[in-house]
Amino acid sequence: MSDTVSPPAAIAASPVIPHRLPSVAATGWSRGIAESKMFFREKDSVVFTFAFPIILLGIFGSIFGGTLEGGPITVSQLYTAGLIGAGVMSASFQNLGIGIAVDRDDGTLKRLAGTPLPRSAYFLGKILNVLLVALLQVAILLAIGVIAYDLTLPAEVSRWFTFTWVFLLGITGSALLGIAASSLPRSARSATAVISMPFVVLQFISGVFIPVTELPEWLINISSLFPLKWMCQGFRSVFLGDAGAAFELTGSYELDRVALVLAAWVAGGLVLCLTTFRWKSRRDG
Amino acid sequence: MTQTAVKVRGLAKRYGEVRAVDGIDLEIGTGEVFAILGPNGAGKSTTVEILEGYRQRDAGEVSVLGTDPGHPTRLWRSRVGIVLQTANDTAELTVRETIRHFAGYYPQARDPDALIEKVGLTDKADKRIRQLSGGQRRRVDVALGVVGNPEVLFLDEPTTGFDPEARRRFWVLIQDLAQEGTTIVLTTHYLDEAEALADRVAVITKGRVVAEGPPATLGGRAVAKAQVSWLEEGERKQLQTGTPTRTVVELTRRFDGEVPELTVTRPSLEDIYLDLIGSSSTEPDDHSPAASRSRDPR
Repeated sequence: MSDTVSPPAAIAASPVIPHRLPSVAATGWSRGIAESKMFFREKDSVVFTFAFPIILLGIFGSIFGGTLEGGPITVSQLYTAGLIGAGVMSASFQNLGIGIAVDRDDGTLKRLAGTPLPRSAYFLGKILNVLLVALLQVAILLAIGVIAYDLTLPAEVSRWFTFTWVFLLGITGSALLGIAASSLPRSARSATAVISMPFVVLQFISGVFIPVTELPEWLINISSLFPLKWMCQGFRSVFLGDAGAAFELTGSYELDRVALVLAAWVAGGLVLCLTTFRWKSRRDG
Repeated sequence: MTQTAVKVRGLAKRYGEVRAVDGIDLEIGTGEVFAILGPNGAGKSTTVEILEGYRQRDAGEVSVLGTDPGHPTRLWRSRVGIVLQTANDTAELTVRETIRHFAGYYPQARDPDALIEKVGLTDKADKRIRQLSGGQRRRVDVALGVVGNPEVLFLDEPTTGFDPEARRRFWVLIQDLAQEGTTIVLTTHYLDEAEALADRVAVITKGRVVAEGPPATLGGRAVAKAQVSWLEEGERKQLQTGTPTRTVVELTRRFDGEVPELTVTRPSLEDIYLDLIGSSSTEPDDHSPAASRSRDPR
């Protein structure tokens, strides 16, 4: 867009200068606050987002007690790592896929398009909301893992560094995939089904619920195309440590490939968004 | 003021084979309240959406505040207000939060609390928008349309679905904004609304302007002949005349007193309007078999 964007210095300027438009940073931040307020007030969606992985962790933790093949790693630890991956993807992919489809349907996008709000500020607001939800999600799952399932948090800085880049690359790639997928549902009502269905399938084939080693090769080939499998693999390397590497398909966490695939999703997702994103609903033509 | 806020020349837009807008010319002065009247599907909303910068046109010249709305800039957007036909967004925010939030988009926003007062929602300011009635919701829409202090305000069928009292209250709000000098362009299919609010009216049907002018003189209403009708020798007689009083005096003389079933009528805005759109209207809405059976008792 050829929009005039005022310099960041304008954020702090309190007296209103005529015809000086609010900056992308200021309006994006304000959207992030509004989006987050709306998100946390929509009780059913909050429950859907946060309770789902927690309940699953509870169920799997109770069913599959004990350790992996008598080793030092408990099954609950395995699920904690996997569900953090799923939680990050639900906060980004699922939230944006459904949320933007709803925004398109209920008039949010049309109203915003009629205001001087820069489009980038809309996305900045969404990203801030996604980051907040994902960090909360991770914190809750880690807390439950530590308190209920003997998960020990890694002490090494290097592992937290891995966590940070897996989290950032994973959330960005999944968010972009979610923005692209938001154009698929025909209406807000169909959005939950259209977006959640593939996500649930992806969780089953990406090692969230069932260890990848138990899956047939053709399913792994499919899940290897999407970011979730690699995110989970990256998080396992953080929370299971070297002892867990033996339970990976190749006997290694393949962090270089994790980085490569997640980075490819960031680039590919961006292209997908730019080529498929629609501001209007199909009804609006 | 003689400046032009909106200028349209030869505007055209088609959807497939349908010419939704087929050569419209309009000129709306700064500070004017302008109503676009027409049946459903006449091209009102398409025209307004082109002016709002929501739709691209196929042909013609359009200028709103000196800018082509086909290429909207953020600065232009900050000078134009839009009240959408239907929207259900920000349901979980309160009225005050929503208006404060949108005020932050504009370089010269109105004071949110004063605006809430103006649209009559002060006692609902801390209610979630989800909890408002339809009429209150539209008041929020109007507040969001004017929160940036726009020079031009577009309203697309703003009172559809209102009860009569809510409509009257809404009119007062619009008149109030017009008093402040805001140019207002509204579409409506309520004639009383156009008559109450508009300085000038354009009647659009089948994508063309068929009449334009102040409501009082639209379609030659002011100079239209009156119709005098009476019963004579068991037959209804009618006479179109520019001097109905003289006709009545003559009739009184002829009948030597009471004239049987005498009526004198002048065309209402509705008569003029129905006359204007009647000859050319081929609305699917109005002419579906079911509609034409139940309609028109004459």
